[in-house]
Amino acid sequence: MKIGVLALQGCVEPHRKHIEALGAELVEVRRAEDFKNISGLILPGGESTTMLKLIEHFQIWDVLKEYAEKIPYWGICAGSILMALRVTNPKQKSLGLMHLDVERNSYGRQVDSFEEKIDSYPVSFIRAPLLKKLGKACQVKASTKGNPVWVTEGKHMVTTFHPELSLKTPSPFHKYFAEKIS
Amino acid sequence: MGLRKKTKKTAQTIKKATKKANIVPTLAPKPTFELKVGLAQMLKGGVIMDVVNAEQAKIAEQAGAVAVMALERVPSDIRKEGGVARMSPPELVEKIMSSVSIPVMAKCRIGHFAEAQILEALGVDFIDESEVLTPADDEYHIYKHSFKVPFVCGCKNLGEALRRIGEGAALIRTKGEPGTGNVVEAVRHLRQIAQDIKRVRMLDESELMTEAKNLGAPFELLMKVKKLGKLPVPNFAAGGVATPADAALCMQLGAETVFVGSGIFKSESPEKFAKAIVKAVAGFDRPEEVLAASRNLDAAMRGLEIKTLPQEELMAERGW
Repeated sequence: MKIGVLALQGCVEPHRKHIEALGAELVEVRRAEDFKNISGLILPGGESTTMLKLIEHFQIWDVLKEYAEKIPYWGICAGSILMALRVTNPKQKSLGLMHLDVERNSYGRQVDSFEEKIDSYPVSFIRAPLLKKLGKACQVKASTKGNPVWVTEGKHMVTTFHPELSLKTPSPFHKYFAEKIS
Repeated sequence: MGLRKKTKKTAQTIKKATKKANIVPTLAPKPTFELKVGLAQMLKGGVIMDVVNAEQAKIAEQAGAVAVMALERVPSDIRKEGGVARMSPPELVEKIMSSVSIPVMAKCRIGHFAEAQILEALGVDFIDESEVLTPADDEYHIYKHSFKVPFVCGCKNLGEALRRIGEGAALIRTKGEPGTGNVVEAVRHLRQIAQDIKRVRMLDESELMTEAKNLGAPFELLMKVKKLGKLPVPNFAAGGVATPADAALCMQLGAETVFVGSGIFKSESPEKFAKAIVKAVAGFDRPEEVLAASRNLDAAMRGLEIKTLPQEELMAERGW
């Protein structure tokens, strides 16, 4: 199984050990031709404003929308911002792949970043966004501090936290995503 | 009793002082080192740009910068004007912080932990304990583990990198000669670290302690480097990057992100340069894409031949 990671910018490499622990292969996805043969796509953490510029630069906006119809996507932090229906604080463009709004940097700045256990697995929230106005088809898989942090809708999912930075492989979230793919 | 009274009084004084400076002490637990390195991971594959005001910060964000470095003067002006270069005024950093949604970094002087405390209280996302500013301590660096905010530090070789990581730096960058528009020193440092790591990988465990002694590196971190085959934190390039080609060169030599100081806002068309360097970093492994990014740019910043600089003006020599 080949799992793509959108490698425009951000936290790509730390996914490798989790993906390989599942017996799958990580494929870096930047250009339209990289989408062939992947059976799922992780939109990783990083800076969503930078990623938007680079989606434009590599001309893959339409390809991203097209493949979202075919294969599961997992948006992490900045990736969840790209997948949202609407983005606030500030407003910016998004792919609209899941029925939810995302408010950027809601927990504050880096000094407010924190670690938490979700499903007894340690994860990091780094300048994390907030998921809001969830649509009817959205299912909340985990919450923390009263806010949804892991949400699925159909074949797609988003997490506002980073399991890829933790050392124990594979993370339960990578495992869950791989199960969604197969 | 006396001691207790004194402590109470001290606490009140601190409370008063922090209230005056508009500092809100937070009660959140100190983050782990991994959480600090986490933010550095998020900044990989990007460009971090020096900016001196909110307008420049917005131009940088619009061009696709992953973060900005808030400064009072870019390094080339610091070099020109001379005098003691200190932390930027809080109002300036604050204005830049409120004008963009991307992370904001700021510099403090080497060893000046009080400047670092102020920057942390201000809420910057990363502190650069930087040789670009005049060092405040000519023997010691800041103990960075005692801060909540992550630090980036410059280095010229593996020993220096591991000393800074030992002190708590969550991100390492080269110490290319700032404000010169000359990439030669950054290249030297990238190559030096890569060569040092190659050597460490070849040595066996019994040889590592002597290597640690020779490099002036903490032994445990050297063991880690041997195991990982790379630094235990991300490694970025900084100093002298002036063109898309410079950025692509650093990335191909193993840098994971590029800091651009004077190179953007001292060029003739900052907006074009900012966008071009972002594109060159994103497509660094494809010459045709770096070529496309290099087209139709106006003049790059004027560079300086480093050999013409007097020894005492070399900023890379700062750091111990």
